[in-house]
Amino acid sequence: MDLSSINPVLLVASIMVSATPILLAAMGEMVVEKSGVLNLGVEGMMITGAVVGFAVAVNTTSPMLGFVAAAIAGAALSLAFGFLTQFLLSNQVATGLGLTLAGLGLSALIGKPYEGMKSPTLPKLDIPVLGDLPVLGKMVFSHDIMVYFSLALVVAVWAFLKHTRAGLILRAVGESHDSAHALGYKVVRVRLIAILFGGACSGLGGAYLSLVRVPQWTEGMTAGAGWIALAIVVFASWRAGRVLIGAYLFGGVTVLQLNLQAAGANVPVALLSASPYLITILVLVVISARGNHGAPAALGRPFHASH
Amino acid sequence: MSDTLLSIRGLTKAYPGVVANDDVSFDIQKGEIHALLGENGAGKSTLVKMIYGLVAPDKGDMSFDGAGHAPSKPSEARQAGVAMVFQHFSLFDALNVAENVALGMENPPAPRDLAKRIREVSELYGLPLDPARMVGTLSAGERQRVEIIRCLLQDPRLLIMDEPTSVLTPQEVEILFETLRKLKAEGTSILYISHKLEEIRALCDHATILRHGKNVGTCIPAESTAREMAEMMVGSSFATPAAHDRELGDVLLDVTGLSLPQQGDFGTPLRDISFQLRAGEVLGLGGVAGNGQDELLMALSGEYLTEAGSVALKGADVSRHGPSARRNAGLLSAPEERLGHAAAPDMSLTENGVLTAAERQNLTSNGLINWGKAQGFAETVIKTFDVRTPGPHVAARALSGGNLQKYVVGREILQDPEVLVINQPTWGVDAAAAASIRQALLDLAAKGAAIVVISQDLDELMEISDRFGALNEGRLSAPRPVAELDMEQIGLMMGGAHGMEVAHVEH
Repeated sequence: MDLSSINPVLLVASIMVSATPILLAAMGEMVVEKSGVLNLGVEGMMITGAVVGFAVAVNTTSPMLGFVAAAIAGAALSLAFGFLTQFLLSNQVATGLGLTLAGLGLSALIGKPYEGMKSPTLPKLDIPVLGDLPVLGKMVFSHDIMVYFSLALVVAVWAFLKHTRAGLILRAVGESHDSAHALGYKVVRVRLIAILFGGACSGLGGAYLSLVRVPQWTEGMTAGAGWIALAIVVFASWRAGRVLIGAYLFGGVTVLQLNLQAAGANVPVALLSASPYLITILVLVVISARGNHGAPAALGRPFHASH
Repeated sequence: MSDTLLSIRGLTKAYPGVVANDDVSFDIQKGEIHALLGENGAGKSTLVKMIYGLVAPDKGDMSFDGAGHAPSKPSEARQAGVAMVFQHFSLFDALNVAENVALGMENPPAPRDLAKRIREVSELYGLPLDPARMVGTLSAGERQRVEIIRCLLQDPRLLIMDEPTSVLTPQEVEILFETLRKLKAEGTSILYISHKLEEIRALCDHATILRHGKNVGTCIPAESTAREMAEMMVGSSFATPAAHDRELGDVLLDVTGLSLPQQGDFGTPLRDISFQLRAGEVLGLGGVAGNGQDELLMALSGEYLTEAGSVALKGADVSRHGPSARRNAGLLSAPEERLGHAAAPDMSLTENGVLTAAERQNLTSNGLINWGKAQGFAETVIKTFDVRTPGPHVAARALSGGNLQKYVVGREILQDPEVLVINQPTWGVDAAAAASIRQALLDLAAKGAAIVVISQDLDELMEISDRFGALNEGRLSAPRPVAELDMEQIGLMMGGAHGMEVAHVEH
């Protein structure tokens, strides 16, 4: 094995790229779950975002328009979930699973003509001063805008939930929809907005996969990233900071094991391939094993204002 | 009419199959405490929900201080000056006190100022509270303080209180009344909903009585007897349970040093509980909700197993036996939570009967259920306990709370238990049905069963128990004969009123 073939600067840089799609999807899903809704359709919304973003970017040659279209596509798909679960009171687990299946099928259909094409990709930002720092500049400060957007999103979601009144109402709805309703808050409206936000974030995460990480479209290319995002939300105890740790850990181990495979490490390939899943879950289990899990008390429970 | 704060004229609200309020009219004066009296299902809750904007009336109108009052949502009612303390607290366990208060306010100040104001108001009215505490860790009395302070911070002109005392100790009730009287002296009107007649006589200036959604009369509580008001509520007279005079037999249930670690985040641990119960005896266990009542019931029923030797039934140790084994040995129980614990909501009454009575009533043979016999058993319960339902095929969820309570209590009593442990036997049932459930418990004891009754209703415990003990933070006070006790001593046994003092607003 030749460890010297692994360049630490490139390693960190690619970890950030690899973690971004999962981070985006997981932040969206965290907000949805904080409002008391369990949307298992993350995988389906991600891959729909991936294919719609790719198609729009190829046709308009603008990756930014691709991201916007991906967010809209993810939100549109989540709106179907919202309508079914919030107005028709369908079972959230079954509807979410259905959404994933529908998204996978829909994306394969839309994506057929685009297979084998290459998309325009996002330019790396040229950040003055910071970008010129030795080592750190190349490692952290020379990425495309979505990487920084995803990090800003973590801070924004944390501040929104902790410090704003709207965030407090969202948490209250997820904690006890009956109490929130009794106080006069619009439970269904709050949840729909959260579901739309979650859908848009998943769409962005998917588009990041197809436009930046692997700038091309392949059927089923999300390969379980949506499920990992869901697991990260749970094991991160619904906290924005821990979601960030979880996403970067997963991205980190994914990149590292690829590097190790390339360097010819003396470990079975199957084990290396499985390691991101195993290590992420293991670390988050250890974190969340200590006391307070903080699941929103009304998570997954249907709400109907009966009087 | 400048003295009238809220005037209600001809309010009507119908739900499918039931008229909740039928042409109800009354007035609330400025600075008075007005009682709204009625049995469960009489339409009290619907009426106050209309005043608070949660429900829109079908007909009729209201005026508030001379202006029309038709709130389409609670925030409009709050802006007009109406505040409400809910019966089932509208609080969020995982949020802290300040966040809970902020959620109930229209324009909450910045968090730091809010915490300061919570401290000020809570000290002014003798209701100490720490704004940073998680609500899930508070006792029922403290939770109520959160609700009250949430209302007081908005300077309400009308404060609606829905059954505020059901979870309080006698001392805490006294402090609450003192706070309410101070508010009244400041000119705030209070609409006080209750079915506890003595409280209303002690506190209220006027009372409006509802029966089946209709206003059946008003009275001045201080000048009426509790019995007169009760008969107006029920519409007929009812028998109070017959006094008991029983021979006590052998010790049937012997609990020694029963301890149980805390279960879940908000549970109460049980600490070193000991008592003996003889055949024919009724032991009443009081205490403020959340002091170990549920845990004790589950430790006795076998849902929680405890250390060997802590629970003995007829001399045999059953501490390590599960609920079915204890049922077969003669120890039956009826938990408080009807839907989900005492009964499976979506299963029929017959099926719910089989769930606990299969063995003792021989409803199964060779592992197959004898549905004919099961239905017969359910019908017997329905008939004996006057459960109002179309039949035993109806899902438990479809019954009103009081009717389901009659069913689950009756289901256990009719299995001829030797020891019966029952939590809140008459919770939510009307006065006449409550009397018949209590009578059934007394009859059961007269036949030689030993009964543990856990209840929040002290009057009920005084009426049917031979001995009384109180649970406080998972400890049981030594049970004492009821005849020796007065309210003061009971309050002290229940643990008194921690950290509460009588309000001291100066005027």
